[in-house]
Amino acid sequence: MLRPLQGIAGRERGDLWFLSVLALVVIGVPLFNQVVPASSPAHLSTYGITLIGKYLCYGLLALSVDLIWGYCGILSLGHAAFFSLGGYAMGMYLMRQIGPRGVYGNPVLPDFMVFLNWKSLPWFWYGFNHFAIAMLMVGLAPALLALIFGWFAFRSRVTGVYFAIITQALTYALMLAFFRNDMGFGGNNGFTDFKDILGFDLHTDGTHVVLAVISAIALGVSYVACRIVVESRAGRVIRAIREAESRTRFLGYPVESFKLWLFVFSAVLAAVAGALYVPQIGIINPSEFAPINSIEAVIWVAVGGRGTLYGAIAGAVLVNYAKTYLTGAFPEVWLYALGALFVLVTLFLPRGLAGLLPSREKRK
Amino acid sequence: MSVPAAKTTRNKRLYLEDLTVSFDGFKALNNLSLYVEPGELLCIIGPNGAGKTTMMDVITGKTRPDTGSAWFGEDMDLLRLTEAEIAAGGIGRKFQKPTVFEELTVFENLELALAGKRSFWRMLRARISAAEQGRMRELLDIIGLAAHWNLPARILSHGQKQWLEIGMLLMQNPELLLVDEPVAGMTPQEIEYTAELLLSLEGEHSIVVVEHDMNFVRSIARRVAVLHEGQLLVEGDMAKVQKDARVKEVYLGV
Repeated sequence: MLRPLQGIAGRERGDLWFLSVLALVVIGVPLFNQVVPASSPAHLSTYGITLIGKYLCYGLLALSVDLIWGYCGILSLGHAAFFSLGGYAMGMYLMRQIGPRGVYGNPVLPDFMVFLNWKSLPWFWYGFNHFAIAMLMVGLAPALLALIFGWFAFRSRVTGVYFAIITQALTYALMLAFFRNDMGFGGNNGFTDFKDILGFDLHTDGTHVVLAVISAIALGVSYVACRIVVESRAGRVIRAIREAESRTRFLGYPVESFKLWLFVFSAVLAAVAGALYVPQIGIINPSEFAPINSIEAVIWVAVGGRGTLYGAIAGAVLVNYAKTYLTGAFPEVWLYALGALFVLVTLFLPRGLAGLLPSREKRK
Repeated sequence: MSVPAAKTTRNKRLYLEDLTVSFDGFKALNNLSLYVEPGELLCIIGPNGAGKTTMMDVITGKTRPDTGSAWFGEDMDLLRLTEAEIAAGGIGRKFQKPTVFEELTVFENLELALAGKRSFWRMLRARISAAEQGRMRELLDIIGLAAHWNLPARILSHGQKQWLEIGMLLMQNPELLLVDEPVAGMTPQEIEYTAELLLSLEGEHSIVVVEHDMNFVRSIARRVAVLHEGQLLVEGDMAKVQKDARVKEVYLGV
């Protein structure tokens, strides 16, 4: 059979490993938290569940970055913007859910609006008391931003480092905008003090277990969707664009539209990650838009290995584990360690940790 | 349907009329007019800087001329279309420097060139049909890369990359083939084989070949056009061109 085989063996092994680990998380988190008694050393604490949930969300963000950077060569240094927008959309729903239980007891207006002396809900807050509408906006708002931004950028053939710089400017501009009180998103405090989601108390382990499991499932589904895209014939065109963009154009492919749809899809994945992140962490504020967050996501992907999907997720988990440990043990070293890690990986492991796995090609 | 503006002629495959392209005052093309007949194999020669590659750039939409017109048939205004639209409309190009997708396999390179719809949503669902697979297998034999179909293109030799690019051009099955220096870096046997291959395409496709290798040009040439300083110096069969005093002066350096 004439079928491209090269690299597939390694790839399928990676897929299998990744999905197995994810399945273990789906089974393990409820098991070790709900079934194993709290007195046992094997019991998974609330902190542990939240940590796992957070890593899963970061994994999804890394996946979205790898899809465009690893496969299509589009380096976005502003992907945290889409993550944050998804988070804010979820946060708006959670704020509306608080209802009269807020400090000021206003049944409609969130606390910060009462504090700012606002009399009525701004129009863009309408409908966010409905979960379905909020979830629709989680995808729609970032998709629209990515569509408009990408349309202008790709149509003008802005590529490489110039694209990276304008995405960085995008997330920075959004950060400044969300810091303003008059934007209607809680200014520098953002949203917090959430009470419940769909009626489930956000302060119980049970809710957190379910959120972590949903995050794992979302990551698994997104992973398979990304795999389908990159293994399709469109995926070959996407890799061709990464290799030689103008050559792809001379083969008759509308390169701009391929890049645009991939970018929009990637933005939606990042937004879903943000939406899952917020109820687990319990806060969203403009610092999530900070340029460093987007850069960190790119480093996760570089460390794990670009263009493999599973490498990006492994990178996100490993780097964040190191961050959790280092910021606890030696808080002042973390940023230096991150910088050094990026330099070392770029110099000595251009294909990341995934590049250390034996590939079919090498064995020939 | 709009018709080329000042047509003194009709029924050509490609019309290039009064094309001028200047870069910082240097005229890469200077009022160039040239026609390509349906099914014809046209060779273009000329010294470096004569405007051969610029002419190809104009035809494929990479460069826009200052003045003039370029039509593919009677209904495709090449100056109004994008590179991708022109390629999808039936003009294929092989570049001077072989440009294949290095990290993709030989098979994937050919697959990318496969004729058909090219939108993102279609490509997402597109599968290779049995007929297309047969065609690719046939082509792998023609270009002598059947044994290497699953290797990344970056490990091919220079000559093999040339072949792969020719294969991609054939896969696209364009009505007009623009072939820029196809035999650079090939052995004499490979050159001979390339000549046979191009000749076998004549009739069904219009082919424009730009080449420096005079022996190669002699072996395939029907009609030859000589470019010099962005203009058409002379055209005709090989014998006529070789006898022309101006050609001897500017090109053969005699």
